[in-house]
Amino acid sequence: MSAGFASVRWIGFQTIVMREFGRILRIWGQTIVPSAVTAALYFVIFGSLIGRRIGQMDGVDYMQYIAPGLIMMAVITNAYANVSSSFFGAKFQRFLEEISVSPQPNWVIIAGYVGGGVLRGLLVGLAVTVISLIFTHLPIHHLFLTLAAVLLTAVIFSLAGFINGVFAKNFDQVNWIPTFILTPLTYFGGVFYSINLLPDWARALSFANPVLHMVNAFRYGFLGRADVHVGFAFAIMTLSALVLFVIALWLMKRGTGMRD
Amino acid sequence: MEALAVRGLVKRYKNGVEALKGVDLDVHEGDFFALLGPNGAGKSTLIGICTSLVTKTAGSVSVFGHDLDSDLEAAKACIGVVPQELNLNQFETPETIVVNQAGFYGIPRRVARERAEKYLTKLSLWDKRNKMTRTLSGGMKRRLMIARALVHEPRLLILDEPTAGVDIEIRRSMWEFLRELNAAGTTIILTTHYLEEAESLCRNIAIIDRGRIAESDRMDRLLLKLHTESFVLSLRETTSVVPSVPGYDLRLLDPHTLEVEVSKDRDLNDLFARLSADGVHVITMRNKVNRLEEIFMRLVDKSGAAA
Repeated sequence: MSAGFASVRWIGFQTIVMREFGRILRIWGQTIVPSAVTAALYFVIFGSLIGRRIGQMDGVDYMQYIAPGLIMMAVITNAYANVSSSFFGAKFQRFLEEISVSPQPNWVIIAGYVGGGVLRGLLVGLAVTVISLIFTHLPIHHLFLTLAAVLLTAVIFSLAGFINGVFAKNFDQVNWIPTFILTPLTYFGGVFYSINLLPDWARALSFANPVLHMVNAFRYGFLGRADVHVGFAFAIMTLSALVLFVIALWLMKRGTGMRD
Repeated sequence: MEALAVRGLVKRYKNGVEALKGVDLDVHEGDFFALLGPNGAGKSTLIGICTSLVTKTAGSVSVFGHDLDSDLEAAKACIGVVPQELNLNQFETPETIVVNQAGFYGIPRRVARERAEKYLTKLSLWDKRNKMTRTLSGGMKRRLMIARALVHEPRLLILDEPTAGVDIEIRRSMWEFLRELNAAGTTIILTTHYLEEAESLCRNIAIIDRGRIAESDRMDRLLLKLHTESFVLSLRETTSVVPSVPGYDLRLLDPHTLEVEVSKDRDLNDLFARLSADGVHVITMRNKVNRLEEIFMRLVDKSGAAA
Protein backbone atom coordinates (compact mmCIF):
# COMPACT_ATOMS: atom_id res chain seq x y z
CA MET A 1 0.00 0.00 0.00
CA SER A 2 1.45 3.38 -0.96
CA ALA A 3 1.87 6.23 1.52
CA GLY A 4 -0.71 8.17 -0.54
CA PHE A 5 -3.40 5.57 -0.01
CA ALA A 6 -2.50 5.30 3.69
CA SER A 7 -2.97 9.05 4.06
CA VAL A 8 -6.28 9.00 2.16
CA ARG A 9 -7.53 6.24 4.47
CA TRP A 10 -6.37 7.94 7.65
CA ILE A 11 -8.02 11.24 6.70
CA GLY A 12 -11.17 9.34 5.64
CA PHE A 13 -11.28 7.51 8.98
CA GLN A 14 -10.80 10.76 10.91
CA THR A 15 -13.53 12.44 8.87
CA ILE A 16 -16.08 9.72 9.63
CA VAL A 17 -15.22 9.73 13.35
CA MET A 18 -15.34 13.53 13.53
CA ARG A 19 -18.67 13.57 11.73
CA GLU A 20 -20.03 11.04 14.22
CA PHE A 21 -18.60 13.07 17.10
CA GLY A 22 -20.29 16.18 15.71
CA ARG A 23 -23.58 14.29 15.57
CA ILE A 24 -23.20 13.06 19.18
CA LEU A 25 -22.61 16.61 20.40
CA ARG A 26 -25.32 18.13 18.18
CA ILE A 27 -28.00 15.88 19.66
CA TRP A 28 -26.48 15.53 23.15
CA GLY A 29 -29.97 15.56 24.65
CA GLN A 30 -30.57 12.22 22.93
CA THR A 31 -27.08 10.76 23.00
CA ILE A 32 -25.56 11.59 26.40
CA VAL A 33 -28.20 12.76 28.85
CA PRO A 34 -30.76 9.87 28.88
CA SER A 35 -28.22 7.21 29.92
CA ALA A 36 -26.79 9.46 32.61
CA VAL A 37 -30.28 10.12 34.01
CA THR A 38 -31.20 6.41 33.87
CA ALA A 39 -27.95 5.48 35.65
CA ALA A 40 -28.62 8.05 38.36
CA LEU A 41 -32.10 6.56 38.87
CA TYR A 42 -30.65 3.05 39.12
CA PHE A 43 -28.17 4.22 41.73
CA VAL A 44 -30.87 5.94 43.76
CA ILE A 45 -33.45 3.13 43.60
CA PHE A 46 -31.44 -0.09 43.36
CA GLY A 47 -28.28 1.13 45.03
CA SER A 48 -29.38 3.51 47.74
CA LEU A 49 -32.97 2.48 48.57
CA ILE A 50 -33.12 -1.27 47.87
CA GLY A 51 -29.34 -1.81 48.08
CA ARG A 52 -29.26 -0.91 51.78
CA ARG A 53 -31.54 -3.85 52.51
CA ILE A 54 -29.48 -6.19 50.34
CA GLY A 55 -26.25 -5.30 52.10
CA GLN A 56 -23.37 -7.02 50.39
CA MET A 57 -23.07 -8.95 47.15
CA ASP A 58 -20.10 -11.23 46.55
CA GLY A 59 -18.33 -9.67 49.52
CA VAL A 60 -18.68 -5.99 48.51
CA ASP A 61 -21.20 -3.25 49.17
CA TYR A 62 -24.17 -3.65 46.76
CA MET A 63 -23.88 -0.11 45.41
CA GLN A 64 -20.22 -0.74 44.64
CA TYR A 65 -21.09 -4.14 43.13
CA ILE A 66 -23.60 -2.77 40.59
CA ALA A 67 -21.56 0.31 39.58
CA PRO A 68 -19.30 -1.45 37.00
CA GLY A 69 -22.33 -3.25 35.55
CA LEU A 70 -24.31 -0.01 35.19
CA ILE A 71 -21.36 1.68 33.50
CA MET A 72 -21.03 -1.26 31.13
CA MET A 73 -24.77 -1.26 30.44
CA ALA A 74 -24.54 2.38 29.36
CA VAL A 75 -21.52 1.64 27.17
CA ILE A 76 -23.26 -1.31 25.50
CA THR A 77 -26.55 0.42 24.72
CA ASN A 78 -24.94 3.66 23.55
CA ALA A 79 -22.23 2.14 21.38
CA TYR A 80 -24.87 -0.04 19.73
CA ALA A 81 -27.47 2.69 19.32
CA ASN A 82 -25.01 5.20 17.92
CA VAL A 83 -23.84 3.05 15.05
CA SER A 84 -27.16 1.39 14.21
CA SER A 85 -29.10 4.66 14.12
CA SER A 86 -26.38 6.74 12.46
CA PHE A 87 -25.65 4.17 9.75
CA PHE A 88 -29.32 3.50 9.10
CA GLY A 89 -30.01 7.26 9.08
CA ALA A 90 -27.28 7.76 6.47
CA LYS A 91 -28.80 4.96 4.42
CA PHE A 92 -32.34 6.28 4.85
CA GLN A 93 -31.45 9.84 3.83
CA ARG A 94 -29.13 8.39 1.16
CA PHE A 95 -26.10 10.43 2.23
CA LEU A 96 -24.28 7.16 2.88
CA GLU A 97 -23.60 7.48 -0.86
CA GLU A 98 -21.14 10.26 -0.01
CA ILE A 99 -18.83 7.65 1.46
CA SER A 100 -19.84 4.82 -0.86
CA VAL A 101 -18.66 6.69 -3.97
CA SER A 102 -15.41 7.78 -2.32
CA PRO A 103 -12.19 5.75 -2.55
CA GLN A 104 -12.46 4.59 1.06
CA PRO A 105 -12.27 0.80 1.40
CA ASN A 106 -15.02 -0.94 3.34
CA TRP A 107 -12.85 -1.63 6.38
CA VAL A 108 -12.19 2.10 6.82
CA ILE A 109 -15.92 2.86 6.62
CA ILE A 110 -16.64 0.20 9.25
CA ALA A 111 -13.73 1.42 11.42
CA GLY A 112 -14.98 5.01 11.18
CA TYR A 113 -18.52 4.16 12.27
CA VAL A 114 -17.20 1.85 15.01
CA GLY A 115 -14.90 4.69 16.12
CA GLY A 116 -17.99 6.90 16.49
CA GLY A 117 -19.82 4.21 18.47
CA VAL A 118 -16.84 3.64 20.76
CA LEU A 119 -16.53 7.38 21.31
CA ARG A 120 -20.16 7.71 22.37
CA GLY A 121 -20.00 4.54 24.48
CA LEU A 122 -16.94 5.85 26.33
CA LEU A 123 -18.36 9.36 26.73
CA VAL A 124 -21.58 8.04 28.26
CA GLY A 125 -19.59 5.46 30.28
CA LEU A 126 -17.50 8.30 31.68
CA ALA A 127 -20.63 10.29 32.55
CA VAL A 128 -22.11 7.27 34.38
CA THR A 129 -18.79 6.68 36.16
CA VAL A 130 -18.82 10.26 37.43
CA ILE A 131 -22.42 9.79 38.66
CA SER A 132 -21.51 6.49 40.33
CA LEU A 133 -18.71 8.26 42.22
CA ILE A 134 -21.37 10.46 43.84
CA PHE A 135 -22.95 7.35 45.32
CA THR A 136 -20.03 5.03 46.00
CA HIS A 137 -16.29 4.61 46.02
CA LEU A 138 -14.79 2.72 43.04
CA PRO A 139 -11.34 1.26 43.58
CA ILE A 140 -9.21 0.31 40.54
CA HIS A 141 -7.90 -3.20 40.94
CA HIS A 142 -6.39 -3.49 37.45
CA LEU A 143 -6.44 -0.38 35.25
CA PHE A 144 -5.35 -2.06 32.01
CA LEU A 145 -8.00 -4.81 32.26
CA THR A 146 -10.67 -2.22 33.08
CA LEU A 147 -9.82 -0.16 30.02
CA ALA A 148 -9.38 -3.21 27.77
CA ALA A 149 -12.76 -4.61 28.82
CA VAL A 150 -14.68 -1.39 28.23
CA LEU A 151 -12.94 -0.72 24.91
CA LEU A 152 -13.50 -4.25 23.58
CA THR A 153 -17.14 -4.19 24.68
CA ALA A 154 -17.69 -0.83 22.96
CA VAL A 155 -16.10 -2.20 19.78
CA ILE A 156 -18.21 -5.38 19.88
CA PHE A 157 -21.50 -3.56 20.29
CA SER A 158 -20.57 -0.89 17.77
CA LEU A 159 -19.94 -3.67 15.25
CA ALA A 160 -23.23 -5.34 16.20
CA GLY A 161 -24.99 -1.99 15.75
CA PHE A 162 -23.33 -1.59 12.37
CA ILE A 163 -24.66 -4.97 11.23
CA ASN A 164 -28.12 -4.03 12.49
CA GLY A 165 -27.89 -0.76 10.54
CA VAL A 166 -26.89 -2.62 7.38
CA PHE A 167 -29.88 -4.96 7.53
CA ALA A 168 -32.47 -2.49 8.82
CA LYS A 169 -35.09 -1.39 6.30
CA ASN A 170 -36.98 0.93 8.66
CA PHE A 171 -36.57 2.57 12.07
CA ASP A 172 -38.56 -0.22 13.77
CA GLN A 173 -35.88 -2.67 12.76
CA VAL A 174 -33.24 -0.41 14.33
CA ASN A 175 -35.10 -0.52 17.66
CA TRP A 176 -36.16 -4.16 17.57
CA ILE A 177 -32.84 -5.77 18.55
CA PRO A 178 -32.00 -3.36 21.43
CA THR A 179 -35.48 -3.85 22.90
CA PHE A 180 -35.93 -7.57 22.53
CA ILE A 181 -32.37 -8.92 22.57
CA LEU A 182 -29.87 -6.42 23.94
CA THR A 183 -31.83 -5.31 27.02
CA PRO A 184 -32.65 -8.87 28.24
CA LEU A 185 -29.05 -9.98 27.63
CA THR A 186 -27.78 -7.03 29.65
CA TYR A 187 -30.24 -7.47 32.52
CA PHE A 188 -29.43 -11.19 32.71
CA GLY A 189 -25.72 -10.43 32.24
CA GLY A 190 -24.87 -10.09 35.93
CA VAL A 191 -25.26 -6.32 36.16
CA PHE A 192 -27.41 -6.48 39.30
CA TYR A 193 -26.53 -9.87 40.79
CA SER A 194 -23.87 -12.53 41.05
CA ILE A 195 -24.72 -15.65 39.07
CA ASN A 196 -23.63 -17.65 42.13
CA LEU A 197 -27.11 -16.84 43.51
CA LEU A 198 -28.75 -18.71 40.63
CA PRO A 199 -29.72 -22.39 40.45
CA ASP A 200 -27.31 -24.56 38.48
CA TRP A 201 -29.31 -24.61 35.23
CA ALA A 202 -29.69 -20.83 35.21
CA ARG A 203 -26.02 -20.36 36.01
CA ALA A 204 -25.03 -22.68 33.15
CA LEU A 205 -27.37 -20.79 30.83
CA SER A 206 -25.87 -17.47 31.93
CA PHE A 207 -22.44 -18.56 30.77
CA ALA A 208 -23.76 -18.56 27.21
CA ASN A 209 -24.57 -14.86 27.56
CA PRO A 210 -21.61 -12.86 26.20
CA VAL A 211 -22.63 -9.79 28.21
CA LEU A 212 -21.99 -11.74 31.45
CA HIS A 213 -18.33 -12.15 30.47
CA MET A 214 -17.95 -8.48 29.54
CA VAL A 215 -19.57 -7.17 32.73
CA ASN A 216 -17.52 -9.52 34.88
CA ALA A 217 -14.23 -8.73 33.15
CA PHE A 218 -14.96 -5.04 33.72
CA ARG A 219 -16.01 -5.61 37.32
CA TYR A 220 -12.81 -7.57 37.88
CA GLY A 221 -10.82 -4.55 36.68
CA PHE A 222 -12.44 -2.41 39.38
CA LEU A 223 -13.12 -4.77 42.29
CA GLY A 224 -10.90 -7.77 41.60
CA ARG A 225 -13.99 -10.04 41.67
CA ALA A 226 -15.65 -11.92 38.84
CA ASP A 227 -18.10 -14.79 38.36
CA VAL A 228 -16.22 -15.97 35.27
CA HIS A 229 -12.63 -16.73 34.33
CA VAL A 230 -11.27 -13.35 33.24
CA GLY A 231 -8.88 -14.81 30.67
CA PHE A 232 -11.75 -16.74 29.09
CA ALA A 233 -13.90 -13.59 29.12
CA PHE A 234 -11.25 -11.65 27.17
CA ALA A 235 -10.85 -14.54 24.73
CA ILE A 236 -14.63 -14.49 24.09
CA MET A 237 -14.62 -10.72 23.66
CA THR A 238 -11.69 -10.75 21.22
CA LEU A 239 -13.23 -13.57 19.23
CA SER A 240 -16.63 -11.84 19.14
CA ALA A 241 -15.05 -8.62 17.88
CA LEU A 242 -13.18 -10.47 15.14
CA VAL A 243 -16.21 -12.49 14.02
CA LEU A 244 -18.47 -9.41 13.95
CA PHE A 245 -15.86 -7.42 12.00
CA VAL A 246 -15.57 -10.17 9.39
CA ILE A 247 -19.37 -10.33 9.07
CA ALA A 248 -19.60 -6.54 8.71
CA LEU A 249 -16.87 -6.58 6.06
CA TRP A 250 -18.59 -9.37 4.15
CA LEU A 251 -21.93 -7.54 4.22
CA MET A 252 -20.29 -4.37 2.93
CA LYS A 253 -18.57 -6.28 0.14
CA ARG A 254 -21.89 -7.84 -0.86
CA GLY A 255 -23.59 -4.45 -0.63
CA THR A 256 -26.35 -5.92 1.52
CA GLY A 257 -29.07 -3.36 2.13
CA MET A 258 -27.17 -0.80 0.04
CA ARG A 259 -26.50 -2.00 -3.48
CA ASP A 260 -29.34 -4.54 -3.76
CA MET B 1 -7.48 8.01 -23.33
CA GLU B 2 -11.03 6.91 -22.51
CA ALA B 3 -12.43 8.63 -19.47
CA LEU B 4 -15.03 5.87 -19.29
CA ALA B 5 -15.03 2.54 -21.10
CA VAL B 6 -18.00 0.25 -20.58
CA ARG B 7 -18.06 -3.24 -22.11
CA GLY B 8 -20.91 -5.75 -22.18
CA LEU B 9 -22.52 -4.30 -19.07
CA VAL B 10 -25.46 -6.30 -17.78
CA LYS B 11 -27.59 -5.61 -14.71
CA ARG B 12 -30.28 -8.00 -13.64
CA TYR B 13 -32.10 -7.04 -10.45
CA LYS B 14 -33.32 -9.59 -7.91
CA ASN B 15 -36.90 -9.13 -9.12
CA GLY B 16 -35.81 -10.33 -12.56
CA VAL B 17 -35.82 -6.92 -14.27
CA GLU B 18 -32.93 -6.65 -16.70
CA ALA B 19 -32.06 -2.96 -16.56
CA LEU B 20 -28.95 -3.22 -18.78
CA LYS B 21 -28.67 -5.80 -21.55
CA GLY B 22 -25.04 -5.64 -22.66
CA VAL B 23 -24.13 -1.96 -22.85
CA ASP B 24 -20.94 -0.81 -24.60
CA LEU B 25 -19.99 2.83 -24.24
CA ASP B 26 -16.88 5.00 -24.64
CA VAL B 27 -16.50 8.53 -23.35
CA HIS B 28 -13.29 10.25 -24.37
CA GLU B 29 -11.19 12.35 -22.03
CA GLY B 30 -12.26 16.00 -22.14
CA ASP B 31 -15.63 15.22 -23.69
CA PHE B 32 -18.96 16.75 -22.76
CA PHE B 33 -21.17 13.71 -23.20
CA ALA B 34 -24.94 13.39 -23.09
CA LEU B 35 -26.55 10.16 -21.95
CA LEU B 36 -30.21 10.32 -22.81
CA GLY B 37 -33.09 7.94 -22.50
CA PRO B 38 -36.69 7.75 -21.35
CA ASN B 39 -37.57 6.97 -17.74
CA GLY B 40 -36.58 3.42 -16.84
CA ALA B 41 -34.21 3.13 -19.81
CA GLY B 42 -31.24 2.22 -17.61
CA LYS B 43 -29.41 5.56 -17.33
CA SER B 44 -29.33 5.71 -13.54
CA THR B 45 -28.43 2.02 -13.27
CA LEU B 46 -25.51 2.59 -15.66
CA ILE B 47 -24.35 5.59 -13.62
CA GLY B 48 -24.89 3.66 -10.39
CA ILE B 49 -22.60 0.88 -11.59
CA CYS B 50 -19.93 3.33 -12.78
CA THR B 51 -19.96 4.99 -9.36
CA SER B 52 -20.09 1.67 -7.43
CA LEU B 53 -23.52 2.31 -5.97
CA VAL B 54 -25.03 -0.60 -7.87
CA THR B 55 -23.48 -4.05 -8.29
CA LYS B 56 -23.20 -5.18 -11.90
CA THR B 57 -24.26 -8.63 -13.05
CA ALA B 58 -21.71 -8.91 -15.87
CA GLY B 59 -19.37 -6.82 -18.00
CA SER B 60 -16.61 -4.39 -17.21
CA VAL B 61 -16.17 -0.68 -16.49
CA SER B 62 -12.92 1.24 -16.46
CA VAL B 63 -12.36 4.86 -15.55
CA PHE B 64 -9.23 6.48 -17.02
CA GLY B 65 -7.82 2.96 -17.42
CA HIS B 66 -8.62 1.88 -13.84
CA ASP B 67 -10.81 -1.21 -13.88
CA LEU B 68 -13.62 -1.17 -11.35
CA ASP B 69 -13.00 -4.82 -10.45
CA SER B 70 -9.23 -4.72 -10.00
CA ASP B 71 -8.45 -1.06 -9.25
CA LEU B 72 -11.62 0.22 -7.58
CA GLU B 73 -10.14 2.87 -5.28
CA ALA B 74 -8.13 4.55 -8.05
CA ALA B 75 -11.20 4.51 -10.32
CA LYS B 76 -13.41 6.04 -7.62
CA ALA B 77 -10.87 8.78 -6.93
CA CYS B 78 -11.29 9.98 -10.56
CA ILE B 79 -15.09 10.36 -10.38
CA GLY B 80 -17.37 13.01 -8.96
CA VAL B 81 -21.07 12.29 -9.08
CA VAL B 82 -24.21 14.39 -8.76
CA PRO B 83 -27.07 11.94 -8.33
CA GLN B 84 -30.59 12.41 -9.54
CA GLU B 85 -32.16 12.17 -6.08
CA LEU B 86 -31.22 14.50 -3.25
CA ASN B 87 -28.83 12.68 -0.94
CA LEU B 88 -27.74 15.34 1.51
CA ASN B 89 -27.57 15.14 5.28
CA GLN B 90 -30.40 17.54 6.11
CA PHE B 91 -28.95 18.26 9.56
CA GLU B 92 -25.54 19.46 8.42
CA THR B 93 -24.50 22.78 6.94
CA PRO B 94 -23.32 23.12 3.32
CA GLU B 95 -19.79 23.91 4.44
CA THR B 96 -19.61 20.83 6.70
CA ILE B 97 -20.99 18.61 3.93
CA VAL B 98 -18.44 19.80 1.37
CA VAL B 99 -15.49 19.74 3.80
CA ASN B 100 -16.41 16.21 4.96
CA GLN B 101 -16.71 15.02 1.37
CA ALA B 102 -13.18 16.26 0.74
CA GLY B 103 -12.11 14.26 3.80
CA PHE B 104 -13.57 11.08 2.34
CA TYR B 105 -11.23 11.62 -0.61
CA GLY B 106 -8.24 12.08 1.70
CA ILE B 107 -7.95 15.86 1.31
CA PRO B 108 -6.49 17.52 4.42
CA ARG B 109 -8.83 19.78 6.41
CA ARG B 110 -7.08 23.06 5.55
CA VAL B 111 -7.20 22.42 1.78
CA ALA B 112 -10.75 21.10 2.12
CA ARG B 113 -11.89 24.39 3.71
CA GLU B 114 -10.26 26.42 0.91
CA ARG B 115 -11.90 24.30 -1.75
CA ALA B 116 -15.27 24.41 0.00
CA GLU B 117 -15.11 28.21 -0.10
CA LYS B 118 -14.07 28.15 -3.77
CA TYR B 119 -16.87 25.88 -4.98
CA LEU B 120 -19.60 27.17 -2.67
CA THR B 121 -18.77 30.69 -3.89
CA LYS B 122 -18.79 29.61 -7.55
CA LEU B 123 -22.21 28.04 -7.04
CA SER B 124 -23.54 31.08 -5.16
CA LEU B 125 -23.90 29.24 -1.85
CA TRP B 126 -21.14 30.77 0.26
CA ASP B 127 -23.54 33.06 2.10
CA LYS B 128 -25.60 29.97 2.99
CA ARG B 129 -22.63 27.97 4.25
CA ASN B 130 -23.77 27.94 7.88
CA LYS B 131 -27.47 27.31 7.25
CA MET B 132 -28.93 23.87 7.89
CA THR B 133 -29.26 22.07 4.57
CA ARG B 134 -32.92 21.31 5.21
CA THR B 135 -33.65 25.05 5.07
CA LEU B 136 -32.21 25.46 1.54
CA SER B 137 -34.41 25.62 -1.56
CA GLY B 138 -34.47 22.75 -4.06
CA GLY B 139 -32.22 24.64 -6.49
CA MET B 140 -29.71 25.39 -3.74
CA LYS B 141 -29.60 21.74 -2.72
CA ARG B 142 -28.88 20.75 -6.34
CA ARG B 143 -26.04 23.29 -6.51
CA LEU B 144 -24.72 22.03 -3.18
CA MET B 145 -24.56 18.52 -4.62
CA ILE B 146 -22.48 19.89 -7.52
CA ALA B 147 -20.10 21.68 -5.11
CA ARG B 148 -19.79 18.47 -3.10
CA ALA B 149 -19.02 16.44 -6.23
CA LEU B 150 -16.32 18.90 -7.29
CA VAL B 151 -14.46 19.35 -4.02
CA HIS B 152 -11.92 16.62 -4.82
CA GLU B 153 -11.57 18.07 -8.35
CA PRO B 154 -12.47 14.88 -10.23
CA ARG B 155 -11.29 14.20 -13.77
CA LEU B 156 -14.73 12.80 -14.63
CA LEU B 157 -17.91 14.49 -13.44
CA ILE B 158 -21.17 12.58 -13.82
CA LEU B 159 -24.35 14.61 -13.51
CA ASP B 160 -27.63 12.73 -13.35
CA GLU B 161 -30.32 15.29 -14.18
CA PRO B 162 -28.61 18.13 -12.31
CA THR B 163 -31.05 20.82 -13.41
CA ALA B 164 -34.29 19.00 -12.65
CA GLY B 165 -36.59 21.39 -10.82
CA VAL B 166 -34.18 24.32 -11.15
CA ASP B 167 -35.50 27.63 -12.49
CA ILE B 168 -34.37 28.91 -15.90
CA GLU B 169 -32.04 31.61 -14.61
CA ILE B 170 -30.14 29.25 -12.34
CA ARG B 171 -30.15 26.55 -15.01
CA ARG B 172 -28.46 28.93 -17.46
CA SER B 173 -25.83 29.89 -14.89
CA MET B 174 -25.22 26.20 -14.16
CA TRP B 175 -24.73 25.58 -17.89
CA GLU B 176 -22.16 28.35 -18.00
CA PHE B 177 -20.36 26.90 -15.00
CA LEU B 178 -20.34 23.40 -16.54
CA ARG B 179 -18.97 24.79 -19.81
CA GLU B 180 -16.13 26.46 -17.86
CA LEU B 181 -15.37 23.21 -16.05
CA ASN B 182 -15.29 21.27 -19.28
CA ALA B 183 -13.09 23.90 -20.93
CA ALA B 184 -10.68 23.52 -17.99
CA GLY B 185 -10.34 19.82 -18.78
CA THR B 186 -12.99 18.01 -16.73
CA THR B 187 -14.76 15.29 -18.67
CA ILE B 188 -18.51 15.59 -18.12
CA ILE B 189 -21.27 13.04 -18.58
CA LEU B 190 -24.74 14.53 -18.37
CA THR B 191 -28.12 12.89 -18.26
CA THR B 192 -31.09 15.18 -18.64
CA HIS B 193 -34.68 15.30 -19.73
CA TYR B 194 -34.12 18.81 -21.12
CA LEU B 195 -32.95 17.92 -24.62
CA GLU B 196 -32.25 21.56 -25.38
CA GLU B 197 -29.72 21.37 -22.52
CA ALA B 198 -27.99 18.33 -24.04
CA GLU B 199 -27.97 19.88 -27.52
CA SER B 200 -26.54 23.12 -26.22
CA LEU B 201 -23.83 21.65 -23.98
CA CYS B 202 -22.73 18.26 -25.29
CA ARG B 203 -20.45 17.26 -28.14
CA ASN B 204 -21.20 13.53 -28.09
CA ILE B 205 -24.31 11.66 -27.23
CA ALA B 206 -25.64 8.20 -26.50
CA ILE B 207 -29.30 7.32 -26.37
CA ILE B 208 -30.17 4.39 -24.17
CA ASP B 209 -33.51 2.66 -24.32
CA ARG B 210 -34.74 -0.51 -22.63
CA GLY B 211 -31.24 -1.32 -21.40
CA ARG B 212 -29.52 -1.01 -24.77
CA ILE B 213 -27.64 1.78 -26.51
CA ALA B 214 -29.96 2.78 -29.35
CA GLU B 215 -27.53 5.34 -30.80
CA SER B 216 -24.11 6.74 -29.97
CA ASP B 217 -22.55 9.45 -32.10
CA ARG B 218 -21.29 13.02 -32.32
CA MET B 219 -24.08 15.48 -31.61
CA ASP B 220 -23.71 17.29 -34.97
CA ARG B 221 -23.64 14.01 -36.89
CA LEU B 222 -26.70 12.75 -35.07
CA LEU B 223 -28.63 15.93 -35.83
CA LEU B 224 -27.76 15.53 -39.51
CA LYS B 225 -29.52 12.19 -39.44
CA LEU B 226 -32.77 14.05 -38.99
CA HIS B 227 -34.23 13.82 -42.51
CA THR B 228 -37.30 15.90 -41.85
CA GLU B 229 -38.15 18.70 -39.47
CA SER B 230 -41.56 19.92 -38.40
CA PHE B 231 -42.30 23.62 -38.15
CA VAL B 232 -45.26 25.55 -36.81
CA LEU B 233 -46.26 28.63 -38.85
CA SER B 234 -48.41 31.48 -37.51
CA LEU B 235 -50.52 33.11 -40.20
CA ARG B 236 -51.50 36.76 -40.54
CA GLU B 237 -55.03 35.99 -41.78
CA THR B 238 -57.29 33.17 -40.72
CA THR B 239 -57.94 30.36 -43.15
CA SER B 240 -60.17 27.32 -43.19
CA VAL B 241 -58.48 25.68 -46.16
CA VAL B 242 -55.16 23.87 -46.03
CA PRO B 243 -52.96 25.40 -48.75
CA SER B 244 -51.82 22.83 -51.27
CA VAL B 245 -48.06 23.02 -51.83
CA PRO B 246 -46.63 20.04 -53.73
CA GLY B 247 -43.71 18.38 -51.90
CA TYR B 248 -44.72 19.69 -48.47
CA ASP B 249 -47.01 18.02 -46.00
CA LEU B 250 -49.15 20.81 -44.51
CA ARG B 251 -51.75 20.53 -41.76
CA LEU B 252 -54.03 23.15 -40.31
CA LEU B 253 -53.83 23.16 -36.50
CA ASP B 254 -56.27 26.06 -36.10
CA PRO B 255 -57.41 28.90 -38.42
CA HIS B 256 -54.23 30.88 -37.54
CA THR B 257 -51.70 28.03 -37.42
CA LEU B 258 -50.20 25.66 -39.94
CA GLU B 259 -47.85 22.75 -39.32
CA VAL B 260 -45.47 21.63 -42.03
CA GLU B 261 -42.99 18.78 -42.31
CA VAL B 262 -40.00 19.73 -44.43
CA SER B 263 -37.55 17.14 -45.69
CA LYS B 264 -33.79 17.91 -45.81
CA ASP B 265 -33.78 18.04 -49.66
CA ARG B 266 -36.31 20.91 -49.69
CA ASP B 267 -35.76 24.49 -48.68
CA LEU B 268 -37.95 26.89 -46.75
CA ASN B 269 -37.57 29.76 -49.31
CA ASP B 270 -39.42 27.64 -51.82
CA LEU B 271 -42.21 26.93 -49.33
CA PHE B 272 -42.62 30.60 -48.37
CA ALA B 273 -42.61 31.68 -52.03
CA ARG B 274 -45.43 29.26 -52.85
CA LEU B 275 -47.44 30.22 -49.75
CA SER B 276 -47.05 33.92 -50.66
CA ALA B 277 -48.21 33.19 -54.19
CA ASP B 278 -51.35 31.60 -52.68
CA GLY B 279 -51.91 34.67 -50.50
CA VAL B 280 -50.90 32.97 -47.25
CA HIS B 281 -48.64 35.24 -45.18
CA VAL B 282 -46.49 33.75 -42.41
CA ILE B 283 -45.66 36.09 -39.55
CA THR B 284 -43.68 33.77 -37.26
CA MET B 285 -42.18 30.31 -37.44
CA ARG B 286 -40.80 27.88 -34.84
CA ASN B 287 -39.64 24.28 -34.62
CA LYS B 288 -42.46 22.02 -33.51
CA VAL B 289 -40.05 20.28 -31.15
CA ASN B 290 -36.34 20.58 -30.44
CA ARG B 291 -34.32 18.80 -33.17
CA LEU B 292 -32.68 16.46 -30.69
CA GLU B 293 -36.07 15.69 -29.21
CA GLU B 294 -37.33 14.73 -32.65
CA ILE B 295 -34.45 12.28 -33.16
CA PHE B 296 -34.80 11.02 -29.62
CA MET B 297 -38.49 10.28 -30.05
CA ARG B 298 -37.92 8.51 -33.37
CA LEU B 299 -35.11 6.35 -31.97
CA VAL B 300 -37.05 5.46 -28.87
CA ASP B 301 -40.19 4.69 -30.91
CA LYS B 302 -38.14 2.53 -33.29
CA SER B 303 -36.50 0.70 -30.43
CA GLY B 304 -39.90 0.17 -28.81
CA ALA B 305 -41.36 -1.22 -32.01
CA ALA B 306 -38.43 -3.62 -32.42
CA ALA B 307 -38.73 -4.91 -28.85
